[in-house]
This record gives sequence, C-alpha cells and structure tokens, in this order.
Amino acid sequence: MKAKIRKIVTFVEETRSEMDRPVNPPTRRAAAAAVIENPFAGKYVEDLTELMEIGEELGTLLTERAVAALGIPGRSAESYGKAAAVGENGELEHAAAILHPKLGTPVRKVLGTGAALIPSSKKRGSPGVALDIPLGHKDAAFVRSHFDGMEIRVNDAPRANEILVAIAVTDSGRPLPRVGGLTKDQIKGEDGLR
Amino acid sequence: MPEVRVRKRALIIEEIFHEGGPPAEKPLRRAAALVVIHNPFAGKYVAEIASFMEDLKPLGLDMAQSLVAALGGDPQIIEGYGKGAIVGQAGELEHGALWHVPGGYAMRETLGNAKAIVASTKKVGSLGTRLDVPITHINASYVRSHFDAMEVGITDAPRADEILLALVMTTGPRVHARVGGLKASEIKGEDGLR
Repeated sequence: MKAKIRKIVTFVEETRSEMDRPVNPPTRRAAAAAVIENPFAGKYVEDLTELMEIGEELGTLLTERAVAALGIPGRSAESYGKAAAVGENGELEHAAAILHPKLGTPVRKVLGTGAALIPSSKKRGSPGVALDIPLGHKDAAFVRSHFDGMEIRVNDAPRANEILVAIAVTDSGRPLPRVGGLTKDQIKGEDGLR
Repeated sequence: MPEVRVRKRALIIEEIFHEGGPPAEKPLRRAAALVVIHNPFAGKYVAEIASFMEDLKPLGLDMAQSLVAALGGDPQIIEGYGKGAIVGQAGELEHGALWHVPGGYAMRETLGNAKAIVASTKKVGSLGTRLDVPITHINASYVRSHFDAMEVGITDAPRADEILLALVMTTGPRVHARVGGLKASEIKGEDGLR
C-alpha cells in the first residue's frame, strides 16, 4: 500500500426520532476516515501522481469500511460523499489529487453502482478540524430527500504533515424529508442526475 | 418511571497504527458508543431522580454489547474502559450523574469480571460539545500504560432537553506507551487498583 496510514476512524449514526416523531426505519449513515502522511508536505511538488494513487487505494479501503459499518451490501447504499482535510504544511491541491482523479472508481466498484457525481468538500485545517462531508444520492444527484451532509472530526488529526481523508455512505436520506423534489422511486437512472 | 426515549445513536471506532513511532504489532482500537436520549427532568428541579438509573440499565447493556461487537465480538480482548455524559442546557449536572450506575454496571456485566472503577466525566453542554472520556485498565486502575482518553461528541446533540450518554472501550495500552509505572502483566487483581 502506498498510503502511510497512522489511524483509521469509523463513524456510524442512526437517527430514530426527530421532534418526537419516530423515524422508521431509522436513517443510518457511516463515514470511514484515514489519517495519512502527506508525502508532499512542506514543499511545492508539480507532479501529484502519488497522491492520486493513494486516493485510489483509499477509495476501496474506506468505502469497504463504511459499508461494513452499516452492515449492508454495497448495492443497498443510497447516498455517498467524500472529503479531505489537509494539515497546515500541505496544499488544498493535495486534497484535490486524492479526491478527484482516481478515488471514485473503486468507490463505485464497492457499491456496485454510482452513476451520480460523488459530492465532495475539502479544506486545510489543524487537528480536530470539522469536516462536513456533503451527501447526495449515488444514482441520481437530484434526489432531494438525499441532499445531506455528515460532520466528522478526529481530535488529533490532521497534524501539519498529514491528510485526513473521509468517505461517507448511507442507507437512507434525511430523517422525515418533506421538501418535495425528485424522490428515489422516480429515478430514471440514465444520466446520474435524475 | 419515565421511559427512555432515544433520538439517535452513534458509534465511533478508531484503529491506531502508530503515532510517529514504530507501528504497533496489533493496532490499538478504541470504540465509543453514544446515545442521545430525552432528559425527562429537563427544565425543572425534580428531587427524586434516582429511579431513572434502573430505567437506563437495558440501554447501557445494549451500548456495552455494541462496543464489544464493534471491537470484534470477544469481550476477552477489552482492556480499558470509561464513560461519560453531556447534559443539555435545560438539565443539571446531577442528571449526568445518573449514568454512573447503569453505565458501569453495563460494562462490568458485559466484560465478565472487570474489577476497576470505571473512569468517568460529565458536563453540561450544547450541540456539538466535545467530551474527553477518560480511560483506565478494566482490572487495575493504576496500570499506567492504559491511562488514556477518547474525545467524543455529536454535531447535533445534546439539545437542551437531551442527555448524550457515552461508553468507551479499548483493546490495549497507548500505542507507544513508555512512561513506566504498573504494567498490565503485573496486575494482582485483588482490589481493582493494582
């Protein structure tokens, strides 16, 4: 493995009620996050291939962890998202190299499908920084009930020379969604949008 | 007796490979089970609250068992534990103290014969408040390698009329423990201290 991983943290959330109304079945989401060494910390490096390859590895590892934490087959996942926080000696572009070129394909492989763009966010920060991972339906980005976000943080990461990389997967949308829009049973599944 | 109303639950699992030193042969794993419940005493002074401890016992057991499951399913591998509570702002610190008995009982019951007092902390807080849950060895509080802590919290909890309850378990010492003191291999196991 190219990635030098210091730690992996998995988060699972299950919402059972909102405003005293039962959420049935409960909505569940999981995020898996890896704290890795940033090979390019502290210097400007033109070629970011190594980070792209690390992104590919983490796409598999973290998606498998998140799905396992939910205890569901990959195909049952409904929405997903990805995010990275670069420690203070790194560049935002390092997060981009991990997230965008190669991470998506293995995510979709683990989940079986995934026609929609994987929503993403990135930032630079210090240990304990909050990472808001955007979430969207994996087969149709316009499914309004699944527009969501999951906040995670790891209190001791990212250190200055590290990157925190996270992938979130859900088996559901928001609790009690009621703002209309495209619903999941109306998905055509042709273009990843509707 | 008030019923226990659960709004949401969360599970955090950390797998720590190293912290700058030689990677551990077996990575240290720490897990936290968090549950957000309605505080039946919020907003008023209630003199008699102690009976709620009994009501919390099944929830505690469920949380302790979920931690063992998250760490692989074998209670024998659990070496450290701790507990804590964050009371929403319409409650009092004393409501957090309700967690001492059921939280401790649940972990001892689940782990068999753990002898040490369960380290604990509590506070009043708001949405996203973080809690550093102290951790000590399950059989001897003075084992220095196992003094640890895990920071936990949930972005949207506790609301004013809620309590966030936490249990934490770990599978070993700090990843690069090397400050001496009583070792786990030297435990006498008579008094829960040494």
